[in-house]
Amino acid sequence: MSSGAADFEALLREALSPVDPPADLAQRLELTLVNLTELAHEELDSWELKAMRDPRNWVRPAAAAVVGVSAGTALVVLRVRARHRVRKQRSHNPVDLAQRTLHDVAEEAGKILPRRHD
Amino acid sequence: MAEDELPKSKADVDARFTELYKTHLRDVYSYSYYRVGNHHDAEDLTEQTFLQAYRHFERALREANGRPLRPWLIRIAHNLAANFYRDRSRKPESGIEDAGLISAPHTTESLVEGREQLKAILDGVQQLPDDRREALIMRFALGMDNREIARALGRTDGATKVLLHRAIRQLEGMVSEPAADTAGGRE
Repeated sequence: MSSGAADFEALLREALSPVDPPADLAQRLELTLVNLTELAHEELDSWELKAMRDPRNWVRPAAAAVVGVSAGTALVVLRVRARHRVRKQRSHNPVDLAQRTLHDVAEEAGKILPRRHD
Repeated sequence: MAEDELPKSKADVDARFTELYKTHLRDVYSYSYYRVGNHHDAEDLTEQTFLQAYRHFERALREANGRPLRPWLIRIAHNLAANFYRDRSRKPESGIEDAGLISAPHTTESLVEGREQLKAILDGVQQLPDDRREALIMRFALGMDNREIARALGRTDGATKVLLHRAIRQLEGMVSEPAADTAGGRE
């Protein structure tokens, strides 16, 4: 390798120096992974009594419960959590919020579950 | 637990995964940062990468046969970044926040000139074709060798060596051209 090429690679190495993640990212990530299952149960708890009175909704908690015991929960919960603010803004009252949450969990579970058979 | 020994319980899997993300968090974050060009999206991409990795971790351990998992991890980030741009119908930001420039040490005399040169290189990296940019990020930001990069990109070792060589030469040409133009303009 010529010295010119070596110099340029040294510059490249300097320009693309590794970037340290924010200090709290590792902790946040660890916490997210640890809490995923708990969060899934909390989501279930918040609406299951109301929803279970309507047989049409029985399939939804069943789907959420299935993913609640697997790593697939990670994606379901993360996606549901990601839309929490939007749901809250659009909800007229706590019952409406619970129903929207229910709908999102069922929808996301439906997306994840088929992939579990890959 | 030995690196190539398969975990025997869920607790073992979680312990191995914790080890993986502690070891490679900086790699995934650096890669994400140079792909998306800002810290906010880099954090999102890093988080999504590890969640996706967690979902497929046991299978990856079985299939790795003791080989390092970094290329697999970076490949996940690579695929997610591609989806990120497709979903949001946008391209990488043209300018990168200057984390690299800030963290790189400089002498006082060369500070201004050095920063301009490094910025020109970063701008050039963003203009490279996707595969060349990827390869340079993996080599220089993450310190991956040819074999690791080949695995992450799904190419042969030989093709990766050629890719890197061409990427460096193209970038060198891009960076030196404006300087040559400026020098010519002064004459």
